[in-house]
Formats: sequence, structure tokens, C-alpha cells
Amino acid sequence: MKKSTVVLGIGLLVILLGFTFTGRVQAQEQTPVVVTDDQVNQVASQLYCPVCENISLDVCPTQACEQWRSLIREKLEAGWSAEQIKEYFAAQYGDRVLPEPPKKGLNWMVYILPPAMIAGGALLLAWIILGMRARKVAPVSAEQTPQSSGEYLARVEEELLKRKGE
Amino acid sequence: MDQINPVDPAEAPGKNRLPLPVFILAGVLLVAFLGFLYMGLQRSQQGPVQVGDSMPPIILTTFDGQMIDTSEQKGNVVLLNFWASWCKPCESESAALQSAWEYYQPGGQVLFVGVDYVDTEPEALASLQKYGITFPNGPDLGTKISQMFRIRGVPETYIIDRNGNLAYIQIGPFSSSEQIKSIIDPLLQ
Amino acid sequence: MTVDLGFGLLILALIVTSYAAVAAIVGVSRNDNRWVNSARLASLITFPLLTLAVVVLLYLITTGHYEVSYVYAVSSNAMPLYLKLTALWGGQAGSLVFWSWLMAAFSSAVMLRKWDRDREFLPWVIVVTMITLIFFLGMVIFFENPFVRFWGTPMGARIEAMFPPVGSELLVPNDGRGLNPLLRHPGMIIHPPMLYLGFVSFVIPFAFALAALITGRTDDRWIRITRRWTLVAWLFLTIGLVLGMRWAYDVLGWGGYWGWDPVEIAALMPWLTGTAFLHSVMIQEKRGMFKQWNMLLIILTYDLVIYGTFLTRSGVLSSVHAFAQSAIGPLFFAFIALTFVVSIWLMLLRWKSLRSEGQLQSLLSRETLFLINNLLFLGLFIECFWGVNFPLLSELVTGQKVTFGPEWYIRATGPLWGGLLLLMGIAPISAWQISTIKTLGRAFWKPFIPSLAAVGVVLALGIRQPGAIIGFWLVALVASVTIYEYWRGIRARSHSTGENVFQAIWRLTEKNRRRYGGYIIHLGIIFMALGVIGIEVFQQQTQGALTPGQQLELADYTVTYKSLAEWDTADGKNVARAVMEVSRDGKVLQELYPRRDYYYDSQQPMTIPGVRSTIEDDIYVILVDWEPISTRQATFKVFRNPLVSWLWFGSIILILGSIIAVWPTPERESAR
Repeated sequence: MKKSTVVLGIGLLVILLGFTFTGRVQAQEQTPVVVTDDQVNQVASQLYCPVCENISLDVCPTQACEQWRSLIREKLEAGWSAEQIKEYFAAQYGDRVLPEPPKKGLNWMVYILPPAMIAGGALLLAWIILGMRARKVAPVSAEQTPQSSGEYLARVEEELLKRKGE
Repeated sequence: MDQINPVDPAEAPGKNRLPLPVFILAGVLLVAFLGFLYMGLQRSQQGPVQVGDSMPPIILTTFDGQMIDTSEQKGNVVLLNFWASWCKPCESESAALQSAWEYYQPGGQVLFVGVDYVDTEPEALASLQKYGITFPNGPDLGTKISQMFRIRGVPETYIIDRNGNLAYIQIGPFSSSEQIKSIIDPLLQ
Repeated sequence: MTVDLGFGLLILALIVTSYAAVAAIVGVSRNDNRWVNSARLASLITFPLLTLAVVVLLYLITTGHYEVSYVYAVSSNAMPLYLKLTALWGGQAGSLVFWSWLMAAFSSAVMLRKWDRDREFLPWVIVVTMITLIFFLGMVIFFENPFVRFWGTPMGARIEAMFPPVGSELLVPNDGRGLNPLLRHPGMIIHPPMLYLGFVSFVIPFAFALAALITGRTDDRWIRITRRWTLVAWLFLTIGLVLGMRWAYDVLGWGGYWGWDPVEIAALMPWLTGTAFLHSVMIQEKRGMFKQWNMLLIILTYDLVIYGTFLTRSGVLSSVHAFAQSAIGPLFFAFIALTFVVSIWLMLLRWKSLRSEGQLQSLLSRETLFLINNLLFLGLFIECFWGVNFPLLSELVTGQKVTFGPEWYIRATGPLWGGLLLLMGIAPISAWQISTIKTLGRAFWKPFIPSLAAVGVVLALGIRQPGAIIGFWLVALVASVTIYEYWRGIRARSHSTGENVFQAIWRLTEKNRRRYGGYIIHLGIIFMALGVIGIEVFQQQTQGALTPGQQLELADYTVTYKSLAEWDTADGKNVARAVMEVSRDGKVLQELYPRRDYYYDSQQPMTIPGVRSTIEDDIYVILVDWEPISTRQATFKVFRNPLVSWLWFGSIILILGSIIAVWPTPERESAR
């Protein structure tokens, strides 16, 4: 049963890590003739212009970004999809306009290394915990978890005494 | 930090230590990280390219589809002007640049190239039309050229001499075509 | 003259500080207490010296001595007094002086404690704090001097210098440029000081940790001494972060509170490792385990404080928050190298003496759960560290810049935050040392059931987003576990002592402040989590160009554009202010006044949203654009941010909980 808890724990971690990989599903917009500000903003929020460092295009107040937004509007009116527009901007102005590094070349480090490090940490942790348990000398004595509120209070007070003694 | 002497005299040296490879590994990681930081710092302090630097070839496709490769311009002076249609100061130097271009164009020894930084094509074309710019202009695709020059903003102008070395850097707009001529003329001697 | 006095005080402080560091080392090497005492006195003197220097600088700012270039850069005649006071930390040079002053205050406070039982730490604590102070003072004096003045040379050039160049005359501008308008916000009065306080107070536990490493006294004494310091540091850092969030929400006008900007993350990283440390020290205190780990965490936290400061001030990173590029980069780099190399090297030397005394006995014991907690916090730290540093690496290697937007961070860190919430629900009811599925299950099922009920409510409300359902469930779980824990303690007390419920709550909390203060902090966190889930999952927005009388619809709300006016104010700005009416179901709720202020002196616009806040949601209106002359048509953006009020409410609870945990207990103090 103990082993199963380890497996369970690792399983949970794997699921948690799994979430970090999976992308969010993008809602694909239909392209009507009239393009609203909201549709423009939705695309713009996925882009970053080099003039406004670290602020997404939909909230950047500069003239350059204003022009970019009207370009997005034109492209949407021409029936382009959000993905196509993003690709166009990336080709025009470089990968830095994308909200995250495209998955290629060196950028793979971003997607692989941190989760790998966390997984490595989890393995190390499991190894330490299991190793410590293996070295355990005496079998566990009677259960120490308090059964009643009286014992619980006794534990609380005992801890307090220990504190005071320090 | 030689003041701190971490070795406790009571401690038997070598006994309480980690194995050597651990030290080496930690040292390598630390040095790598510090080296990375140092390079980042150096880069941020470097500023734009320096006068006298030899410039790598710059390849630009103009708005009308013409390919410009500065490596074919050896022997000629090249003026590289970074601008954008959203940039107010850029407008003030347009006339100066254009009249200087008209002055040098017949000689064929000087090439002016406009590099349109982070701009949208319709606005850029409208702006070129408005100021009657006739020297070749093209977008800075992927901001590659501006990153190569590490520009701080627009307008900035870089003049490359006959040998392909950077001869002059102008941060901000030119005030007049005379100013431009006074820089380029000596380079043509 | 006043200017020279200020500079003289700084120089004097640097001399005294250097003396203290040297004297402490001499005292140790000669084993002579007189030297150590002298070092202690010297380090106590730094505080009054720097206090005077700060007073001088404040005097210069408030009286408008614009010949001083720092005063010129951050202050102006039009600024009210309270803003002039905040101008002390509104620029690079002043904020470094301010930082040094805080550092001196904290080291003095440490020097004044009773040292009888831990005397061997004293000289090393002096050395570490004083070297840190030397570094900051050195930066102020040699690179970012706030007392530099303008001088006009006979040739007509303007020079900035401390002492008059030959033949030059003092130039006194009539008015200054004034503080960056973005910083002219009440939140800015306390945001930076709180952050700095948090940063500076982490120096103290770090100093004790290094002292413990150097002297070889690596038991948990250093942890017990610095326990409260660490909590205080954490409290200030938390307040600083929360105020920063509030400031972003009120002033930056992007509809949110956290933009995952590199500078925000630079402040978040030490918070993450510091929080991990606060949890893992409990294992060491209770069970004598993982000393190496705690040492590593506190060193990491301190190094991240310095690293974060370096990133934001050296110009390596560009960001909305970053100070302008300056010459302090190389010096800062040297200091970082020094602290990293020395602290890590010391730790490796002592690694084996930091071995655990106790052993893990059970997979579900609280110490195991705390370790998983640490893993998750470190995971968050790793993701953040990559997000901040990778753009730099990419630029160095490939020459390409890359961007990390909020979505990347949310995806990378969301599950880790969720895991932490889950642990918050389990760990408080697991026992130290031994805990099995059976014992845990027995304690767990009671608080578990109400949390399921909460999921039922969420589903009944029609919420189907998996992230939100999991999030709300976790929040409910932590809430019921925390309340359950409290209730167990209260019942136990009132059974045995006959106290009534309120007395029992009071006594319980008073007797174990750290534990129950901690639970209150947990409650604060889950309220904050409500706000975060609300805004991340349920935020809605719309934008449109309106003429007066037209309206925008969002959710059940109608926002009507009434009018817009534009005028110049006496303090040198242009204000465009719209009147908007928020109504729901035909009922007018409130008028909002989104505006755009344009500061003529700094040529900077500032977008201030109009916000209607309720416990259910915020309606947040931004004036995006308008026709300048006719002021007929204007573009507005409207956000609906559900539950975001809970974020602020939760942070107040969290701060209260931390204050309870930090509050000194008189008898325990005297026992030491």
C-alpha cells in the first residue's frame, strides 16, 4: 500500500507536469465582413510590438501599435485567420512579437528544461524519501495521531512547552 | 573575498568535505552562470555599433521588390537610414535626405538605403509618397538589420565608407542636407 | 553647503562601515572581544549618519534645490509635498541612498539584540551586513551620487559634478522635471519602501546563515534567531508585491494586476524561495532534518534579492519598471559574483556537517508534504527564472529577442499553484513524523465533504471551465480544512478549560501565533485565489467607438457614454475625462470617470480607469482614444473582472495573519 501511495504521488505530479505542456485550445473566429474592435483586440492581445516592451499590442498606446492594430483589422477584413496574422507579423518583425518563443531550435530549452528540472527534483525527492525510509531502524511504534480532542490539546500544549524551553 | 577564513581550526581538513567532483561541478555551473550574466551586461553596455567597425553585408528587399546587397557596393559610400512612418522626428529629416540623395545620385558613388523599422507597409508607402522619397526603401524584416546595428530608436543613420567600415553615426534626425553633405563629401575624396 | 554636508555624511558612513567590517575580522582573528565591541558600536553609528544624509536629501527635494541634478530629475514645483517625499526613492540614486539607510536601520536593530548566548555569530553578522552596506554606499558615492550639482563652464557647457570645475558657476534651474507620472500614485508612496524593506530584511537571516556556516555552528540556532526576521522580511515583500499589483490595476490601465513583466518576476522570485524557506525551516525545527536545504534556500533567497536588483538596475533587462541604463552594472556584477561564490563555496565546505539528525518515517507525514511544497515552490521559481533569463540567453546565442507573455507563465505555473493549494488542504491535517493513509483519511473526510458541496454549487451555477472547477474546489477544500483545524483547537480548549468560543480562539492564537497566524495567511491566500481565478478564467472585455448617448454591452451591464471634457490643470497636465454610466437591467448603478492625463513636463500620458468595484465583479472602463477637437466620438474599452475584489480583501487577511505570526511574544523573548 505504501508503494501505491508513491506511485499515486508520482502519477499526480506527472499529471500536473502534463498540464504545463498542453497548450490552450484557441477559439477560431469566423471572419465576418465587419470587424469589431473586440476581434482586433483578441488578435492583438496575442502579439507584442518591439516599441512597447513587455506590453501586449492591445493595450500599448503608441502610434506604431495603433498602426499595427489597423493592419490587423485589414487582415481580418481580408479573411485572414488569427494564426495567419500572427505568422505574418512574426515573419515581418521577428519572433519577438509572438507571446512565447516558437518551438524550434534553442527555444526548445524553454519547453523542455524547466519541466525536466522539476521532474528531476521530484525523482530526487522520491529517492531521498524512499532512501530514508529504507534506513529506518525501529518499526513504527503505536499510532501517534491523536484520537480525541483531549490528546490533540495535549499535543498542542506539549509543542508549546517545547517552544518555550528554547 | 580573502578576509573570510572559513576553515575552522578545530576541523580536520578534508574529512568533512564533499568529494572533489561536486566542487568542480558547482564551480563550473557558477562560472557558466556568471559568464552568462557578464556577457548580458556587456551587451547591454555596448550600445550601438562603433565608428570604425567593419560592417557585415546588409541584404534588404525594397518595397518594390528590388534586392539590395551592400557587399556589392564595395568602393561606394552607403548611407543607411532607419526610420518609421509613426516617428515624428523622421518626417523632419525626410526633405534633407531626399535633397542630398538627388545631389549624389547622378555620381553613382553613394547609395542611400531607407530601412523601415517596425512599420506597416501601407503607412510606410504613404509616407514615402508624401515626402517624395526616391532612394530605395524597404522593410526591416524580422528586425534583423536594426538588431545588427543595435539601434536605440528611430531615426538613426549610419554611413559606411568605401572600404565597408562604419564612418559616421547620426542619432536623431539630420538638420539639413548640408549637414549630410559635409559628412559624405570627405568620404568621397 | 547643505549638499556638501550630505555628501560628507555618506563618505563618513562608508568609512565607519568599512571600519566595522575590518574591526570585526580583526576581533575574530585575535579572539579579542574589544575589537568586536568596537565593530558593533561602529555599525550602530551608521544608522544616525545615514538618517542625517536622508534628511539632507529630503530637505533639498522639498525646498526645491534644483541645482542638484537628482532633485531636478525627480521633483518639481507643482508636485505636492507627499510626492516630493516619495521622490526620495523615485530615481536610481535616491533609491540607493534609501536602501542603504534601511540596511543600516536593520543591521542596527540586530546589533541591539542580546548577544550573550550567540556571541560567536556577532562578528560574522557584522561582516556580512557591513559588506553589503559598503557595496550599496560605494555605488551611491562613486557611481550614483544624489548630491551631484549642475555647473556652467565659462564656455557655456553644462556639467554635472560634485565639486565645482575650475572657473564654473552653479546653475540653478527654476523648476525640476518632476517625478515620472506613473509613479505619482498613492500606492507608489509605500510600494517601493515595502519591497526594499522586504529585500533588506532578508539580509539578516542570510547574515546569520553565513555566520553559522563560518563558525561551524550549523545546528538550528541561526534559524531560531532569525525566524522572526524571516517572517518580517516575507511580510514586507508580500505587502510590496500586493501594492505593486494594486498600483498596476489602478494606474497602468491594462485591465489586470499582474503582467508577468520581468521586473515583477524579479521581485516574485525571492518571495517564492522565501516562502519555501518559511515552510521548510519548520521541518528543521521539529525534526532536525534538511539543514542543507534550508541553508541553500536562504542563500538562494538573498542571492535572488541581489540578482533581481541587478537585473532591474543595470539595464540588462528592459522593462516598464527598469531604471535607466547606468554605470553601476559592472560593480553590481562584481558584488553578485562575490556573494554567489562565497556563499555557495561556504555551503559546500560545510555540506556534511549539515546532515539531517532525524529521518523521514512516513510518506504522508507533514515533513514529506512540506518537501513536496518546497518542490513546487522551487518549480515555480525555475519557470520564472527561465522566463526572465531565457530572452537574454536567446539574444546572446542567436541574436534574436523572444517574448514571454502572460499565457506562457499561466500555463507553466498554473498547475504548480494548483498543487500548492492542494497541499495547503492536506498538510495542516497530517501529523508530523507518522501519518498513514488511514490516519490522514480519518482526519480528512470531514473537511472534504463540504468542499465537494462547493463543487456542487459551482456546477449548479453553470460553470463548466475545468480550470475554474478545480480551482474553486481547491479553494473550498483549503477553507474547510483551515476552519476545521481551528475548530478542533477551539473545541479542545473549551472542553478542557471551559472557555467560551471567543476566549478559546484568542488563547489558541495567542499561544501558538505562528501556527494559527499561518492558517490565517492560508485563508488570505485562498481569498486571493478566488480573485485570481475570477480574473484569469472569467474576465470579459469589449471595445467600441461611441458618440454620446451610445452604449457598450458587456455581460448584464450597459455602459453609456455621456460626455467628455478636456482641460489643462494648474500642475501642468492635460486631462481628458469621460463620464460613463453603468447600469444593469435598466437600473443606473454608478457613474464612472475614466480619464487620460497627459503630463506636459515629461511628455507622458497616463491612463486612469474608472472602476466600479463590488464583491461580485469590477466594471473597469478605459478611455482608449477620442477625437481631440470635437470630443464627440471616443473609444472605450470595458472589462468585467469577476471576483477581483477578493484579491485585495485576501491580501489584507494575509497581511493580518502575518502580523499575528510576527507579533512578539514577551515571555518567550525574555526566556532567551
